[in-house]
Amino acid sequence: MGEGVAIASHTEGRRGRTMRVAEAWISAAVTVAGPTEVRGPLGAAFDVPLRDDLLGERSWERAEWRMGQRAVGLLAQRLGVAITDFDLMLAGDLTNQITASTFAARELDIPFLGTFTACATFVEALGLAALLCDGGYAHLICVAVTSHHHVVERQYRFPTELGNQRPPCAQWTATGAAAFAVRAGAGEHPLARIEGFTPGRVIDYRITDPFDMGSAMAPAAADTLTAHLEDMGRQPGEYGALYTGDLGRVGVPICEELLRDRGIDVRLHDCGIELYDPGHQDVHAGGSGTACSALVFGSSVLPRLTQDWSAVCLVGTGALHSPTTYQQRESIPAVAHAISVCRPDLPKGGA
Amino acid sequence: MLADQQQRSWYQRIRARHIPKAPVVRNLLLAFVVGGSLTAIGQIFMDFFLGRGAPLEKAGAYTAVVIVLLGALLTGLGIYDEIVRIGGMGAALPISGFANAVTSAALEYRREGWILGVGAKIFTIAGPVLVYGILGSIVVGIIYLVLRIPIPGGTG
Repeated sequence: MGEGVAIASHTEGRRGRTMRVAEAWISAAVTVAGPTEVRGPLGAAFDVPLRDDLLGERSWERAEWRMGQRAVGLLAQRLGVAITDFDLMLAGDLTNQITASTFAARELDIPFLGTFTACATFVEALGLAALLCDGGYAHLICVAVTSHHHVVERQYRFPTELGNQRPPCAQWTATGAAAFAVRAGAGEHPLARIEGFTPGRVIDYRITDPFDMGSAMAPAAADTLTAHLEDMGRQPGEYGALYTGDLGRVGVPICEELLRDRGIDVRLHDCGIELYDPGHQDVHAGGSGTACSALVFGSSVLPRLTQDWSAVCLVGTGALHSPTTYQQRESIPAVAHAISVCRPDLPKGGA
Repeated sequence: MLADQQQRSWYQRIRARHIPKAPVVRNLLLAFVVGGSLTAIGQIFMDFFLGRGAPLEKAGAYTAVVIVLLGALLTGLGIYDEIVRIGGMGAALPISGFANAVTSAALEYRREGWILGVGAKIFTIAGPVLVYGILGSIVVGIIYLVLRIPIPGGTG
């Protein structure tokens, strides 16, 4: 860790494994949440609460890309721009061949780049958008992610109406879509400035249980977060909060223990845990899914960033297995990407 | 990074400290109550058919038909998966659970059409039970044939 070669650049450049960003701002965010998510503790904070997870469509898959389209449409509306004013759309989801994203994009007429690292896709896309804006290759980028509980269930597990009892370590794939505008330059009313992005290494500690993704992803999260803090030159206490994407109630304590072993004593927040109410919602170890971290980031973390916190780090976590790989008894590789964002009014290079 | 054997067992020890245990006693009790209730419902139908003068074998077959129908109906209404979530194997193992496995697949893959959807995938969950159930009966049949064991009520 941290042995990367420094590369000269016209911007902040690279330090260790982290790409430092100077001129990339999140200028708007839109969240569209499914009925289960709306009944959770963040229910009132979502921009579009859905009552029907089928959206009146004929399949779960169509509902998923319709959610993505609604998020992007509302994002453009909020910015007061046409959808075609986005230079680029970076999007990803959990369906095979990321069709939810491509089918949403086919009616949007913006250059499209697909991204995929499972539930770490949101941070991957946000980080890439920041780099493209910072490097001067785009002025305004739309980052969009979607996931749909039933699409994922039928693809990775069982038919949706099949009865089965899930183990306590299992997680609940979130239904929702989120879109974020990343801009080169602050613009009007920016929500946050992106400071640095650390892409993760793929790490596999040979966990084979597809119901226990928290254990599979925790080492990747610890690895990336350690590198990110070191490269940013920060102590955990300098952040208002350190968020992981969807480690859940199993992965969070494991990750905290792995970090303690490296001398980093920290209490992690987790988007998957904060999305649902464990007392009333039977989601076992917490939420997961591409939209999970994006829903919590857009509806809860960004608003608190302007009110309570000066800076926040989000570590998106993804389990990179497929039904084929686990049926062939392969273990579950995982990846985690970290991104730091700060209040838009903070001076640059403050750390 | 792919963990080697040593790293793997080191990590398994950490994981073991944090992984929650399934509530086995509660699950067993719920399976007993739910499974018992389902079979009690079956018994009510069985007694009804016997009371109407059906012979024992026929009454059993009629009861199975009714329970399969109930399982399929409750699956369609979105209720049976909730029953299994609570009752576990107590609800999955009876024949109504088998109906749930077939019906849920039929419902799920209807969107891919009658041939490649329902036709091809209706047995994705129940298929292994059918394959190995039938294979088992063939093996037992061959053993009976080779050892010349008379089958009770059989014609051979």
